[in-house]
Amino acid sequence: MNAEIILFIILALIAAVSSVMMITRSNAVISAVFLVLNFFALAGLYLLLNAQFISVVQIIVYAGAIMVLFLFVLMLLRTEDEPKVFLDKKPIKMFALLITVFVFIQVAYLIFVGKPSGNLTPDQLKSIETGTIQSIGKELYTNYILPFEVAGFLLLAATIGAMVLAKKKFE
Amino acid sequence: MSFIPIEYYLILSAFMFVVGVTGVLIRRNAIVVFMCIELMLNSANLSLVAFSSYLGNPIGQIFVFFVMTVAAAEAAVGLAIIIAVFRNKLTVNIDEINIFKW
Repeated sequence: MNAEIILFIILALIAAVSSVMMITRSNAVISAVFLVLNFFALAGLYLLLNAQFISVVQIIVYAGAIMVLFLFVLMLLRTEDEPKVFLDKKPIKMFALLITVFVFIQVAYLIFVGKPSGNLTPDQLKSIETGTIQSIGKELYTNYILPFEVAGFLLLAATIGAMVLAKKKFE
Repeated sequence: MSFIPIEYYLILSAFMFVVGVTGVLIRRNAIVVFMCIELMLNSANLSLVAFSSYLGNPIGQIFVFFVMTVAAAEAAVGLAIIIAVFRNKLTVNIDEINIFKW
């Protein structure tokens, strides 16, 4: 048991538990706060994977910008609490749960049978080099310059679209 | 320094994805459904970053960067749509928002 695996277990537990808590809380604001916790745990996992740039962006964009937007809208709109998710035993909800558990078991089985780690020969030094802002920036501004520009255009379109949609009246 | 087997990350990612799907299916608040979609996007990001790091190839992380861009745009537009719907129907319960239902 080295430090890496202990950190992984802690962060993975936080991520898993907070995601389950998020879908089972009846109050939407509490769900949002658990989602923020989940995002922070994921940022920690990214650091563990040597993806420093993605980890920082995860905190700034997801835990910062997107969740503030969600909380802002949640507190702007009046939303009544839902009934406790697992107390109201509608058959359709139980059916949904059954299907998703079944799918998870299938995927987990496939992952263990496929043994993706068998074909991987990870290299710690190479992995550290991969996640740096230099290597990502180099790739982003050379081979992926067109998708990068398109992403910028998409954000512009989304900004204008959001303003038009949330406007008071359509003229 | 040893690597954790990549299966652990993939299982965690699969678990979070399944939890997100369950949330979309059982929650009735449109904003929470939206947050569950973000959770699913994040679980996909986790497996992309895991493979990128284990293969020593930055392209997986560039894909994660683009997924984050699209998620930000999607959150802005989606929440604007929810606000517009709330203004008309005074609710965000997706059982009551059925104006497109035939």
